[in-house]
Amino acid sequence: MLKKHVSRWMLPMLGLGILALFYTCGKGGQKAGVQVGSEDVNAVIEERGLTPNDVLAAVKTYIPTGKYDEYLLFSSGGHSGQVLVIGVPSMRLLKVIGVFTPEPWQGWGYSTDTWKVFEDAGINGTPLTWGDTHHPGLSETGGDYDGEFLFINDKANARVAVIDLRDFETKQIIKNPLTLSDHGGTMVTPNTEWVIEGGQYGMPWTGEYAPLSQYKEKYKGMITFWKFDRKKGRLIKNQSFAMELPPYWQDLSDAGKLVSEGWVFLNSFNTEMATGGVEEGNPPFEAGVSQRDMDYMHVINLKKAAELFKKGKTKKIRGFNVLTLDTSIKEGVLYFIPEPKSPHGVDVTPDGRYIVVSGKLDPHVTIYNFDKIQQAIAEKKFSGKDEFGVPVLDFDAVMEAQVEVGLGPLHTQFDPNGFAYTSLFLESAVARWTLGGEWTGKHGKQPWTLVDKVSVHYNIGHLVTAEGDNVHPDGKYLVALNKWAIDRYTNIGPLLPQNFQLIDITKGDAPMQLLYDMPIGIGEPHYAQMIKADKIKAWEVYPEIGWNPHTQSKDPNGIQAGQEKVVRRGKTVEIWMSAIRSHYTPERVEIRKGDRVIWHITNIERAKDATHGFALPGYNFNLSIEPGETQTIEFVAKRAGVYPFYCTEFCSALHLEMMGYLLVKP
Amino acid sequence: MKDIDLIVGPRVPQDLLKRERKRFLLPTLFLGAAGLLLLISIFLPYWKLTLFAPQYPSGLQMKVYINRVEGDVKEIDTLNHYIGMRSLTEAASLERTLSIVMVVAIGLLVIAAIYLHSPAAAVFALPAFFYPFIFLGDLYFWMWNFGTHLDPRAPLSNAIKPFVPPLLGEGMVGQFKTIASWEIGLWLVFLASVLILVGLYYHRKAYKPLLEEQFKKEISES
Repeated sequence: MLKKHVSRWMLPMLGLGILALFYTCGKGGQKAGVQVGSEDVNAVIEERGLTPNDVLAAVKTYIPTGKYDEYLLFSSGGHSGQVLVIGVPSMRLLKVIGVFTPEPWQGWGYSTDTWKVFEDAGINGTPLTWGDTHHPGLSETGGDYDGEFLFINDKANARVAVIDLRDFETKQIIKNPLTLSDHGGTMVTPNTEWVIEGGQYGMPWTGEYAPLSQYKEKYKGMITFWKFDRKKGRLIKNQSFAMELPPYWQDLSDAGKLVSEGWVFLNSFNTEMATGGVEEGNPPFEAGVSQRDMDYMHVINLKKAAELFKKGKTKKIRGFNVLTLDTSIKEGVLYFIPEPKSPHGVDVTPDGRYIVVSGKLDPHVTIYNFDKIQQAIAEKKFSGKDEFGVPVLDFDAVMEAQVEVGLGPLHTQFDPNGFAYTSLFLESAVARWTLGGEWTGKHGKQPWTLVDKVSVHYNIGHLVTAEGDNVHPDGKYLVALNKWAIDRYTNIGPLLPQNFQLIDITKGDAPMQLLYDMPIGIGEPHYAQMIKADKIKAWEVYPEIGWNPHTQSKDPNGIQAGQEKVVRRGKTVEIWMSAIRSHYTPERVEIRKGDRVIWHITNIERAKDATHGFALPGYNFNLSIEPGETQTIEFVAKRAGVYPFYCTEFCSALHLEMMGYLLVKP
Repeated sequence: MKDIDLIVGPRVPQDLLKRERKRFLLPTLFLGAAGLLLLISIFLPYWKLTLFAPQYPSGLQMKVYINRVEGDVKEIDTLNHYIGMRSLTEAASLERTLSIVMVVAIGLLVIAAIYLHSPAAAVFALPAFFYPFIFLGDLYFWMWNFGTHLDPRAPLSNAIKPFVPPLLGEGMVGQFKTIASWEIGLWLVFLASVLILVGLYYHRKAYKPLLEEQFKKEISES
């Protein structure tokens, strides 16, 4: 007990001691070494050329061996199609969850059930084996993360995935039937009733052809509200609906909370409806979509839209429930608000009262007041209508403040003390600024004012603060998701890692301190969520032997020790196999060429970490069968020969011996 | 005098019982408590073995009850198969099947002894008195049986010599440190043995004079 206390307190004390030493050294004071065993800490610091700031950063981020991080960061893995799980403040990578891309370590996409997830979410009958993960969203209860599920969208193909945080495995990928690209997802409503997926590039409904000359008439924008069934852990297609929107390019979204619960805010750009064609002498997209000074924030009355859907006011398009633009306008569920051009983030403050929009090409963040929006809608303070007849609210009537934060503001999150943090892409910095209204009492500073900036390296996209889009943000840590690393790491060739930077934001009146760089050598992360680690209640092993992680229930083909068997029915051979340290039962499987093989494998272990793999050469299979898990593979034995299969997890001292032979007779 | 009367012994006259309440209450209390402890012990663990190894930081445990083994039995079995030890589920199957009936029986015998006012009471209480020693002896037998009859075809049969982990305290098997401890159930039945001794002492003190009196009476009558 005493030892534990000593080790817990020693490190910060040591750090302070070291700082004090530096101070005295700087003043030309005596060098009194901090002695740990035979090592002089001061000498190590000197030898490694560390500054007092470095030492402080090290002390703030170091997690002693065997200890846990305070927060977990769920980050998109960009076009790797995966999700990264990272500990904060140590920035240690804990897991790469296979989502839109098959992942052999986890056997994700190699077993019958997991491959079916890919097949079901294919396009035109073709399963897709990659995705562009963008915005992970943690499930919420009462506007706070509950640690149960994680959602993430695939921008490249307009799909949404559901990850169950009991076993950190993907359970569902759902294809949006209307479009091929999305962006404004996956934000959730405060009790996760709906998972939001906003579209991105305007296009005719999937599968329909229309020339670009008919862009305005035939091309569509959309936002989809996926109904989440928490008990089943699945998005339910026939209880979900979409809203048809003008063919602007919808961007990020956020759900209202507390006072603004029931409303959804969605950014857009290309309200110019540019169609590109630089090769034909037209302005390229990059210029064409940036002509107007203002684009439109979409303000959606989700509560009312859901009621309309319930009343049957939706139309079936591509077999999906769609609230048409005409209905939305007529029923008053859609309004526009001018916003500085080419915005990215639209972020609701923790109290739900303000909506912060950052237009990448405007040095301000623009803050809208939810009450004023409601008032303007009630009093019909419109400055006009857009080309499709959507009422546009008067900018001055709903705008609360504009804060000049710097160049290229992109995305904002919050802390508990009324500070907002905005990423500045062009400036490669994070800006800290103050909220106004009731928040002024918390930070005691001038409201709506920039107070601090810290440089990041380089080209920051999104940022994330601890539980920073909850109704109760924690502050403490901020992670900058930088797109470029340039010179931050040892050169490893022309494809550089992205750079996550950890920043200490604990003290509102002290400057933000850059603590740590973490290279991301997979895909390009876009967005992340940071949750208190103790909110996650993951299983150590599956609850029962014979567990099917896909259905999260007992698999009818799961077996106990002693129930192993091989059954032939005509040309079909079905195998029920068990795996335990360090053998499979059976170890010899004899079949004939042309047989259809259905092979169930159950890991009958109950020990934590006693995972077994199953690699079958020549047939492209590798499974991860975790303690208690049952997985099934199916194939036709097209080629005769002898195929040694083996356990790919180093499960035990006799791991090499954990193998068997598949004998395919000619 | 019938044989059965010899075993049951003389009844205590009401006036004597009233006068010397404590004399007759003591054996009843001690023997009753002993019987009760035996019955309670059925629900409690008797013996525990904890195994520690680097890859098992929180240890593996097996708790032995009179009719079952609880804890990380599956994992211990998984490990044991490497050295060719049989599954723990195969150990002492006869004992485990009969144990509850037997312990209830010997517990009831002790309680029955309360109503026997003759030396037969000691005979009735005897199985309960010896029971904890029998339990430990049997446990040792099975540990010896399992630890010294390892399957020679097991993967690690050359690495581990036959062994018998100690019944109490620390031992070492491969990379595993074993700690055997006596658990509450076993302590209760040991306590019951002590209570039986004390109870039989007071029993003798209470009933021997009555018995002698009865004999005298019978001799004089005949």
